[in-house]
Amino acid sequence: MSTADSTLPISDPYRLGYRGPNLARGHGGGGPATKRVIVGYGFWLFLLSDIVVFSCLFAAYAVLADATAGGPRARDIFDLDRVAIETACLLASSFFCGLATIAVAQRNQILTQAALAITGLLGLAFLLLEASEFANLYAHGDGPTRSAFLSGFFTLVGCHGLHVTVGLLWLGTMMAQFLAKGFRPDIGRRFLCFSMFWHFLDIIWVAIFSLVYLVGTRL
Amino acid sequence: MTIDTERHGLEQEEDDKGGASDEHSARLATYVIGLGLAILLTAASFWVAKTDVIYGPGIPEALATLAVAQMGVHLVFFLHLTTAPDNTNNILALAFGLLIVGLIVFGSVWIMAHLNNNLMPMQQLMQMQR
Repeated sequence: MSTADSTLPISDPYRLGYRGPNLARGHGGGGPATKRVIVGYGFWLFLLSDIVVFSCLFAAYAVLADATAGGPRARDIFDLDRVAIETACLLASSFFCGLATIAVAQRNQILTQAALAITGLLGLAFLLLEASEFANLYAHGDGPTRSAFLSGFFTLVGCHGLHVTVGLLWLGTMMAQFLAKGFRPDIGRRFLCFSMFWHFLDIIWVAIFSLVYLVGTRL
Repeated sequence: MTIDTERHGLEQEEDDKGGASDEHSARLATYVIGLGLAILLTAASFWVAKTDVIYGPGIPEALATLAVAQMGVHLVFFLHLTTAPDNTNNILALAFGLLIVGLIVFGSVWIMAHLNNNLMPMQQLMQMQR
């Protein structure tokens, strides 16, 4: 079976085990990489630097998590049902953003706008839930000034919420650009960056709900 | 310069229009599989946090493992990180980013835990300074 496979010419340069002339783009033989690949790489570097910023906030929170100064501990204030709904909202939002990239590739204006609108509404629902959680904590006197633990918690989760807010504004401008300018290649590259940003926010949220909320209720 | 960008623009058009309906349904399948795996891993995380089946002190490690797995799912199925030649630079940058993140997070936690262990309690220190 394996000998039959190896006799087949492997003509796809992207396939593992390809031994022919390297005609992949961006590697000499196939010419320069496409603009889309280069733009994606540049934005990926930005996202990685943002991940480093978040890792500093995670490290600060991890160090300060026990410094409650006589105030509430993590398990006293975290509401896992709300966190579960927030997680579902953001995950579904990320999925609809993926559907929007397919609609953009098909150049279908109605589907694009619909998928992006659902993406934005789910993101907005997430933000409102988070805002209500923060307002609830403030109302009970457990604001960021209460203890080092709460300072770290508000900084980390608030920074993610700020990113989602900026992402929502960006989402609105992307919908307007698709309407006003159509599916031009440069708008498509902007949308590529937006979708990377949105999926990246979901990845950060995975770390927050697992390592802050779920671990917090078990400590 | 303008000719160059124009050429790129045209190639971009071809790249975009080259996708047939097969390719679109393949991409849709990728997102659906990613969503399914993410839901499974999220549900597992919430179950682990509430259950008593798992040895208690091991639960943070279990949650961290599930989180890393879900981040991997998101990277592969949503951000389309692959081993293809047009992605090697992305992978290398990610590896470097992970190195920095590891240094910051584990380094901070490690050093601060040791400081906590080796320093005397704050009240005792204040009394000595009087």
